[in-house]
Order: sequence, then C-alpha cells, then structure tokens
Amino acid sequence: MTRAGLAALLSHWRRSPLQLFTLVAGLALATALWSGVQAINAEARASYDAAAATLGEAQFAQITRADGGPIARDTYVALRRAGWLVSPVIEGRLEGVRLIGVEPLTAPGGIGPVALDAGDDLPGFLGEGILFGRAEVLAALSGTGLRGIEAPDVAPGIALTDIGVAERLLGPGISRLIVAPAQPRDRPDLAQVAPGLVLQPPQAGSDIGRLTDSFHLNLTAFGLLSFAVGIFIVHGAIGLAVEQRRPMVRTLRALGMPLARIVTLMAAELLALALVAGALGVALGYGIAAALLPDVAATLRGLYGAEVAGTLQLRPAWWLSGLGIALAGTALAGGRALAQVARMPLLASARPRAWAMQSRRGLVMQAALAGVLLGLAGLVAALGSGLVAGFVLLGALLLGGALLLPVVLSALLATAEARARRPVAGWFWADTRQQLPGLSLALMALLLAMAANVGVSTMVGSFRLTFVGFLDQVLASELYLTAEDDAQAEALTDWLEPRVDAILPIRNVERDVAGLPAEVFGNRPHATYRDNWRFLQSAPGAWEAVDAGAGVVINEQLSRRAGLAVGDAVVLEGAAFEVLGVYGDYGNPIGQVILTEAAFERLFPGVEALRFGLRLPPDAVPALEAALRDDFGLGEGRMIDQAGIKAISMQVFERTFAVTAALNVLTLAVAGFAMLMSLLTLAAMRLPQLAPVWALGLTRADLGRAELLRALLLAALTAVLALPLGLALAWVLLAVVNVEAFGWRLPMALFPGDYARLGLFACLAALIAALWPARRLARTPPAELLKVFTNER
Amino acid sequence: MNVRALTLILLAGPAGAQGFAGLGTQAEGFAIPAPGYAFDFPADHGAHPAYRIEWWYLTANLTGPDGTPYGLQWTLFRSALAPEDGSGWDTPQLWMGHAAVTTPEAHFVTERLARGGIGQAGVVADPFAAWIDDWQLAGPDFDQLEMTASGPDFAYDMALSAEGPLVFHGDAGYSVKSAEGQASYYYSQPFYAVDGVLSLPQGDIPVTGRAWLDREWSSQPLSGDQTGWDWFSLTLEGAKLMGFRLRQADGSAYTYATWIDPDGAATAYSDGAFIAEPLARDGARDIPTTWRVTLPDRGVDVTVQALNPEAWMAVSIPYWEGPVTVSGSHDGTGYLEMTGYEGTSP
Amino acid sequence: MLLDLRDVSKSYPSADGPIPVLSGIALSMAAGETLALTGESGSGKSTLLHLVGGLDSADGGVIEVEGRDIARAADRDRAALRRGTVGVVFQQFNLIPSLDVAANIAFQARLAARHDPDLCAALATRLGLAAQLGKYPEQLSGGQQQRVAIARTLAARPRLVLADEPTGNLDEASADTVLDAMLELVAESGAGLLMVTHSERLAARMGRRLHLAQGRLA
Repeated sequence: MTRAGLAALLSHWRRSPLQLFTLVAGLALATALWSGVQAINAEARASYDAAAATLGEAQFAQITRADGGPIARDTYVALRRAGWLVSPVIEGRLEGVRLIGVEPLTAPGGIGPVALDAGDDLPGFLGEGILFGRAEVLAALSGTGLRGIEAPDVAPGIALTDIGVAERLLGPGISRLIVAPAQPRDRPDLAQVAPGLVLQPPQAGSDIGRLTDSFHLNLTAFGLLSFAVGIFIVHGAIGLAVEQRRPMVRTLRALGMPLARIVTLMAAELLALALVAGALGVALGYGIAAALLPDVAATLRGLYGAEVAGTLQLRPAWWLSGLGIALAGTALAGGRALAQVARMPLLASARPRAWAMQSRRGLVMQAALAGVLLGLAGLVAALGSGLVAGFVLLGALLLGGALLLPVVLSALLATAEARARRPVAGWFWADTRQQLPGLSLALMALLLAMAANVGVSTMVGSFRLTFVGFLDQVLASELYLTAEDDAQAEALTDWLEPRVDAILPIRNVERDVAGLPAEVFGNRPHATYRDNWRFLQSAPGAWEAVDAGAGVVINEQLSRRAGLAVGDAVVLEGAAFEVLGVYGDYGNPIGQVILTEAAFERLFPGVEALRFGLRLPPDAVPALEAALRDDFGLGEGRMIDQAGIKAISMQVFERTFAVTAALNVLTLAVAGFAMLMSLLTLAAMRLPQLAPVWALGLTRADLGRAELLRALLLAALTAVLALPLGLALAWVLLAVVNVEAFGWRLPMALFPGDYARLGLFACLAALIAALWPARRLARTPPAELLKVFTNER
Repeated sequence: MNVRALTLILLAGPAGAQGFAGLGTQAEGFAIPAPGYAFDFPADHGAHPAYRIEWWYLTANLTGPDGTPYGLQWTLFRSALAPEDGSGWDTPQLWMGHAAVTTPEAHFVTERLARGGIGQAGVVADPFAAWIDDWQLAGPDFDQLEMTASGPDFAYDMALSAEGPLVFHGDAGYSVKSAEGQASYYYSQPFYAVDGVLSLPQGDIPVTGRAWLDREWSSQPLSGDQTGWDWFSLTLEGAKLMGFRLRQADGSAYTYATWIDPDGAATAYSDGAFIAEPLARDGARDIPTTWRVTLPDRGVDVTVQALNPEAWMAVSIPYWEGPVTVSGSHDGTGYLEMTGYEGTSP
Repeated sequence: MLLDLRDVSKSYPSADGPIPVLSGIALSMAAGETLALTGESGSGKSTLLHLVGGLDSADGGVIEVEGRDIARAADRDRAALRRGTVGVVFQQFNLIPSLDVAANIAFQARLAARHDPDLCAALATRLGLAAQLGKYPEQLSGGQQQRVAIARTLAARPRLVLADEPTGNLDEASADTVLDAMLELVAESGAGLLMVTHSERLAARMGRRLHLAQGRLA
C-alpha cells in the first residue's frame, strides 16, 4: 500500500517537472546563498581565532613599553628573576608577512598552535631556524633560506619562529611580553622591576573580532535575506504541489489509505527533496564562497588589518548547518501545506481550489499581521538595545514589510482599475489584481532582495562617505614619519625644521579613562586641527580652548560608553579636564582623549614622540621622502604619505563594493528566478482566464505584451515600495547595529542614483523573467486556447 | 603543538629518543664520562656544557614546630641540544627547574623552563650560584647556601650548612648505570643542616631538618633498554644509604648502592647487593609507595613508606618524588624518586 | 451575403502527418438567418465554427464574412473581426474571471466601441441577471454564466452570432430558457445565428440545418 501510494504521489512530479525544478532549484539557491555567506564568515572567524591563539592577545595579559618602544632583553631577564612569569615575543613585518618569534620554553600553553611532529627537529627550531606558517607565507619568506614547515593552524599572514631567529631577521628588542596566567606569590610591583612598562589585561573578545563583527553581521543579514527570498519560492512550490494533489489525496483516502500514512509519505517525500536540494545548495554555496572569499579577505585585511585565509576549507559544521537550514526551510514552507492536507475532510471538493485566489479576508489578516510586526519593529527601535534587539528589529521590519506588500499592491491596483476608462485597461488592472496572490510570494522575494540591496548599499555608501571625510580629518598632514628611537627623533626634527611648514609630533599613552581603556594624545597647537577636525558636538572655540590647556576633546566611542558629553569632566592622572568637543572616530574601537602638548608633558613626563606628522606642499612630498631615505635611511613603513594611505583605503572600499555588488546581483537573481518560476507556474492556469479575452478580439501578441507589462509594472511598484523598507533597513544597520558593534553612529547618506539603477535592475530582472512565459503565450496555437471552451480540456 | 609538548620533545632530545626522558639516547658529539676523573672544585660545582645533561638535585626532610614532617625539593636540570655554550637566544643550553613541598596531606609542585645564554638561568661555581628565574641556590661557597623557590601556591626560603664532606659514588665519582657501561659523574653533599620557612596556603611554617644534594652529569647515563628507575636516599640513625634500581625493559633490574658512614666514608655496592622490592601500590596513579629495601652486607632490612603517596610531580616529564619514613632494622627518613611509571617512556 | 464559404479545408498536424478535419466546405448565410450545424463528435463542426469566427485560420478555400475573406487573414485582422463583426458563445468558460458580471456584459461592446449602457441593462433584465451584476463569474451557476455570455455577445450588436453547444453543459430546462432568450434577441437585432449542436431537439428550432459528417457537409 505504501509503495502504491508513494508511486501515485510521485507521479505528480513526473507530470509537473517544472514544479519539481522550481522546488529543488529554489531551495538549492536559498541554501547556497545562506551557506556561502556562512562559509565566508566561518573562514574569517577561524582565521581570527588562529590569529588570537597565535598572538595570545585574547587569552593572556601583555606587557609593553608605555611609549610603544622595544623592551631590552635584560629587562625581560630582570622581570623573570624577580618572579614575573612572562614570555618574550619579537614581531615585525618581513616581505609582507607578520613574523612572530616566540620563546617556546616560557610561552604559556596555547600560544603558537604549531603542529610539530614529536619526531621533529627541535634543535632546528631553537637554533638554525624553522618557520611555521601557511604555504603562501612560507613562499613569501623563502628568501630567508630558513626551513619552512607548513602549518595550517597558524593564522594566515603570520609566520611563527623561534625568538632567536626573529631577532636575527628583525633586529634586537622585544616587542611585548606575554604574562602567564598563573604567577608565583609575592612578586614585586612591575614598576619597581621595570619602570616604563605597562600591563594590559587580556582583551576579552579580540579587537579584530569586535571590529569585524559589524561586517560579518551585514554579511549574515544578507545571507538570511537571501535565504528568506529562497524560502518564499519553496513555500510557493510546495503549496502548489500540495494543492494540486488534493484530488489525488482524496482518491487515495477513498481507496482506503489512512490519512496519517499519506501525510507521512508526503513529509518523507519533502525530506528527500530537501536533502537533495540542500546538498546541491551546499555545493553551490561552496562555489559562491570560494569565488567571493579573496575579495572578502582583501576587504578585512585592508579595513581592519585582519588576516583571513584566501582559500576555503571544508568544515563539517558548516556544511551540516547548510543541510540543516535547507531542512528547516522546507519544514517551515511545507508544514502549513501538510497541515492543510491533514485537516482536509474526506468528502471535500476534489477540484483544486483556485490556490491563486485569495479572499479579501485573507488580505485583511495579512495586513493585520504586518501591522503587528511593524509595530513590534517600532517598539524595539524605541525601547530595545543590544545586537539581539537589532536583529529582532531587522526581522520584524522585513517580514512586516513583505507581508504588507500584497495588501498595498492590491489597493493600488483596485484604485487604478476604478479609474480605468478603456475596457482593455480595466481588464488589465483587474486581471493584474487577480494575479497578485499567485505572484505575491515572488514579489515579496523581490521586495526583500531590493530592500536588502537598498539597505546595504546605503550603509556601505554612507560608511564610505563618512570614512573618506574621517580620513581627511585624521590624515591632514601630508607625510607621516616614525623614528626608530629618541635620538633619531631629535635628529629628524632638527633636520626637518627648516624644510617643512610644520612638524606635528604625535605623542600618546594608553590609560584607562573613566574606567575604560583609551588612548591619550598630546597635540601641538596648530591650524591643521582647527581646519580639518569636525565635531559631532562641541563648545564654541573648542580647539582654541584645548590649545590653551582649558580642556580636552574625546572621541565618540568614549563619549557613548562613558556617557561623557560636552561640559562633563574627564580625569587624567588625577587632574580633571573639561570635555570641549566630541569627534567622530571611525578608525579604532577604543576611546581617545586629545589634550594639548603642554598639558600632556605635564601629565606624562618622559613620553617622547617617535611619530610625526609633517605639513608641506603636497608636490614637495616625493622629494622630501627621497631625502629622508638617503640621509636617514628611513625605510618602508617608517614613512607614510597621506595620498598613499588614502589610495589604499579607497581600494579597500572598492573591494568591499565588489563583494556587496556580487551579493546584490545574486540576491536579485534569486528574486528574478522566483518571478520566472511563478510566472511559468501561473502560465498553465492562465489559459482559461485569457482565452475569453482573446476570443473577444485581442490578439495573442496583445496578451503577451500585457503579460510583460504586468510583470514590469508589478516589479516597478515593488521596487518603489522597497525603497522605504530598504532605507529603514539601512537606518537600523547604521544607527542601531553599528552603535552596538562599534560604538559609533554613522550619518546616513542617500544615493538616489544607486536606487534608480537598482530599480532598473529589478525591472530588468522581472522583464527577463516574464519574457519567456510571455513569448510562449504569444505563440500558443489557437487550438490550445480553443480547448478552454470545449469539453476536450 | 603547545609548549608542554614542545618541552617533552626538547628534553627527550632528537628523533628516536630512548629510555626514560630520552636519557638512553646516543650522545653524539658530547663528552663521555670516563673512570679515573680528577674532580676540580669549586669549578666542578658549576656547569659542564660539553655534557648533554646535568643536575643539581636537592631534597630535604624537615620538621615543623609541632613535629609535622615535611619534604622539600629544589632541582635544576641542564639539558644541551649541542655540546657548546652559545650566547644570546641561540644557545643550545636549556634549563629546567622543579620545586616541590610535600606535607602529609598535600603536595605542591611547580616548574620553570629557560634557555641559557641570556642570564635567565645558569650555574656559576665561585661564588656558587645556581638559579632559574627567581629561584636560587647560592652562597659564598658550596657549604653555606641560601635556597629560595616559589610557585603560585607556595614558596620557601632556607639556609643550608654542610656538616660533613662531599661523598663520591661508584668508583671515586664514576657511577656505572648499566651492564653495558653507561655511566655518569656522581657526587653528593648529604650532610646539610637546614632551617628556614615554608610559605604554604595555611601560613608560614618555621622548619628545621636535613638536606641531601646530588650532583650528576653525563651524556648518556642510561642504556637504551632501561625504562626508569627507583632511587632512594635514606638517613638511618647517623649512617646514610643511597641506592638505586634501574629497571630494564625485560623486567630485570640493575642496582647500585653507596653506604655512607657518619664521618662521610663511602662504600660502593655493585649490581645485586642492594635489593628494593615494591610491597604495595598506592595513590591515584597506582605507583609502588611502600618498599622493602635490603642491603644484607650492612644488616639493612627496612620498610620504606611514602609520607604522602600523592607526591606526584605533574611537570613536563612527570615522575614521583617525595619524602619517606624508614622502619625495620633501622629507623629514619629519606627521599624516594620513581621515574618511568606513567606515559612518559617513548 | 452575410457569410459565404467556398471549398474550405482544414487539417491538424499530428505525429503521423496532417489529419484532415474539414474539406470542400461550401456554405452561405444571409442576415437574419438561423442555421443549425449538427454532426457526430469529431465531425469538425466546432472547427468550422472557429474558422468562421476568425478564431483559427483555414488551410484552403474562401471564408467571406460580409464580403471580406478571412480564411488566412493575419492575427490582427481576425482579432478585429472578433471585436466588431462576430460574437461567439462557447460551451463553457466564456467569461473573464477577473471582471464582474456588469463589466463582462459591457466588455465586448466597449471593445467594439458600441457600448450602450441602456442596452446592457435591458439585456441583463431580459436574461434575468439584474441581481447578479456585481458578482464575479466564479460565483454564478452554469446557466447564469451562459446567460451572461449571451448578454455580452448581443450587447456588442454583432452581425453574426456564433454559438458552440451553448447549452451543452446545462440541464434541459435551463437549456431551453437560454435558447429561447438567444433566439428572441437575435431575431430582434437582425443578426445571423450559426449554432453548433448535437441535439436534434435544439436543431429543430433553427430556421435551417446542415449536417456535417467526416469533414464534409451532407
């Protein structure tokens, strides 16, 4: 009985291969986009974890020199002999690779996850030198002549070696000391043993993680939206398949097959389809991720300095979750349809209910639900806080918007119908309205795709605008120098004095301010700051007051986290300073305080500047660079010209755009696919609706054109309606999610040109989707149409 | 790989390490102990970088004001990857320190690792100083020493004063370790009187007692098929007995003992004279912590029992080391060290 | 002459080559005339009606409607014929489901630019549809739907009314009501009526009858 029942149920797919294709393809696409984005996120997170483990920053406290300079080896030994269990690290850049030298005997467990085989050559590691790293890193360092051992556990872009080797390659001086978690009792104070060093607690949740959270959140939001778009397709396909098999279900039941068995069989059938589609989707997602990952890696490296492997690894957790989401999506989409079958009375009409017809009551219900969701979104926006609230807000907003779409479209079409004068126009509007229920899932998918596109491109664009402005502010000087030591710094300033317009020393220390880690800067009074810095909030004449030593300016992060506003007081080394201004700071996660040079020297005596900003005419920069290279031997990395940094930053944004653009296109493509599938599915049911119009004197070509126009019109209306939803989405990302993730709020900018282009794309997608069904309709043989009117159907 | 694993490899030496902690490995390029060596003091109290391994190994049996017995260990190992000094980070000389305090109820252990060449650890002969990090065993000469060590949950500070001469084991300090002739240079100072303070979680405890310092260096002290040893240093009503039993992979054992008269006169006993049999296994790791020890030639037939069976040294290369009490033909105290019992033999 | 067919032939393609449906058909009809076309199932009577209505094109011969040959006319011209000159009542699914009854009745007349609201209202009343004007086709019974189709056709005042088994799906009583109304209204408008039926009873009520067998007129 089971076999016979199954054969009967499956015969449906043989008769409707298009539906089967829609179902599998929709689910596979949804899974692909979701799991592709997840694969990128997983790869990035694995890279961060490896980096955190390699560097030990997340797990262990660190000791560095207050002025950021190198620590002498004797200082390290003095600390050890005083009972401080610290382990030295020498790190630096070599051939573009971050070379990290560790001292394996004193490093706390968990540092440097290097897969050394037990039989390996340890004297080699300690003596002649072995490099551990990924293949590309080893290749980059092949010029060192050191033996390389491939170690996939080491974070990308990092080579791990013994501290002795690192010293030979990078020069003497310990970069930092890792503090073991267990320390002996009764140690002397750090300041007593090694003045000038500062202890930093372990950074719970690495900086990189926090900085990149927002980026990944956006990617995840994208993946989720794409999945939602796909699920709309699946929902439609499953609903139709179940609907069309109602007569068959009735017949099977009439023949004595228990309802439970039928529902179980249908569920098993869906499960099998979901597994097949999920597997296809995961494979496709892998392809998407592999194609996008190099760009994502470049973005993360450029934007946040986070190294992410450019190649993808297959992680079981990832592909299992891909299958899981495919199953969950199918369950979501199929559950309601199966419940309907289970509730269907045996003697119910066997004629397929016109699934595409939706009662007025249904629309009202949908409008009410949308209202509740949008109300919830408003409530969360007003009262909620935290990333979870941000996500709830996003979800409620998008789902509410999607549910509202058919209601709004229906109302618009009814208005148009009422105002139509010509009979064909009246029929067109009425017929379009009648198609709406059948197309609404595809249109909702299009709406979500469009809204995501508008939202994300607004966010990225706003970010870019803000960031460019911010770069102009913080990179006001034409050239930046870093001296090796105090002596060189002094020699440099003497040499530069007559050659440049101004020398702006950059002095800073890291201190807790208002209980939060922050950087304190001492600025030399100069017009550069007054001319270029923009405040979010400031007292009149803020810079003049700062220059006079009357107060400080702080960044937005510190202002938000510590609740400091203009007029409040900040305490530094026991002295209180008035906050005179709050500036936007989009380059780092921690707080900043800027005070004038004289006050800084008074509070932090002995902190000398090793970094300098130089003001000079931009065209004089290359000559000065050349002279500095020749006279002082200042190499790469010790001189950075402003134009160079800006060019790199802009390149980063172009890469970011490449990623977003690719995802945009993919999401729109999925929505277009949903449209095509819906139109093709509807086409078969359309003949009885169109044949009378044709018989009354419209040509088949007229009908085809009407179909195209209808798809275009619906897409255009949807695109217009997607705009406010997308802008709301952008607002949530910029004003809620970013504030939670970064501590700053980005001003939102609008990009009408982009939106117009997006709208055109959406219409184009709809046009392409409608082209085939319309062409088919225009070429339907009259005999096919005539069958509608006779009993031959 | 984490650092603990690294340390294991490091101390186990190059590929194919044999015997406990690789001590049975061939000693290519390193100096080899030979009979008839003329010790040169104080220089020989210092390090011998041409040899592969070396240690300064001190154990003490102490008593608190209320009569509670305590045990204490201060050990510095030197392990060379190559027979040369080297300087800076690139030295092949690696150092490992173990410190422990054993009470009847508890056992505190901690470990330190360092490389030579930068001053973090080392030994100089005159004035004598052996150190790793903040731990130190130092004084104007080898007879008067200050000893400190600390861990996360304990610390100690002891003054040592030698009340007898150095004692040379085997053939005037040439100590044979197997029938195949593996050997080390081995002498002891078993006559230190100790007083000082133990800092334990429950507070500071003034203690007094006796300490025994072993000095030994070699390049291949064990033969390849020896899997571990049981080592006894016992103080028996004035006289002292050092005996060890090297276990072979085939189940047999190689034994050696030195009988030390109260005045320091030493008598060596070669393989078979000294017998140690495990009587009972105990503790969480099922290690023999009760032994019958006999040296028939001196009328010794005693039961040696661990003060605390849980004196397990959970360090890079784990072993058992703790104070013991002696009863039977003689009464006394001492130290027992057992190696190669758990998971460390390659 | 309202309708003049000469040597009309039509075949349908199939896997085994073309299957002839009609051949050598000759037929003429004057305005005001009513003609029944009878024949077995598959005899080609519906096909003939479709050719006359400009719904399909003939393979050979001449089909003149009011003097214009539409046998192989372009899609556009045949659509114009359907809009302005002929009116067709099918067996079923005559109505546009997205429009209500009033809009359906007015639709063809508006297409032909001959919309007369009074005529529409009169027709609806005559056909007993006055209470149904705001309803949608899916809410009507089969007989009501066919009456709407007739009202729609007559509201456009075509020269030639074509009906293909218009009462085929109805019980006898409803069929009589529908046919009565149709004959009455066609007579009033002076149009010609060509009706395909297999019912002797209905054919007997028409002015003239032709029998089609195996694609040829008897």
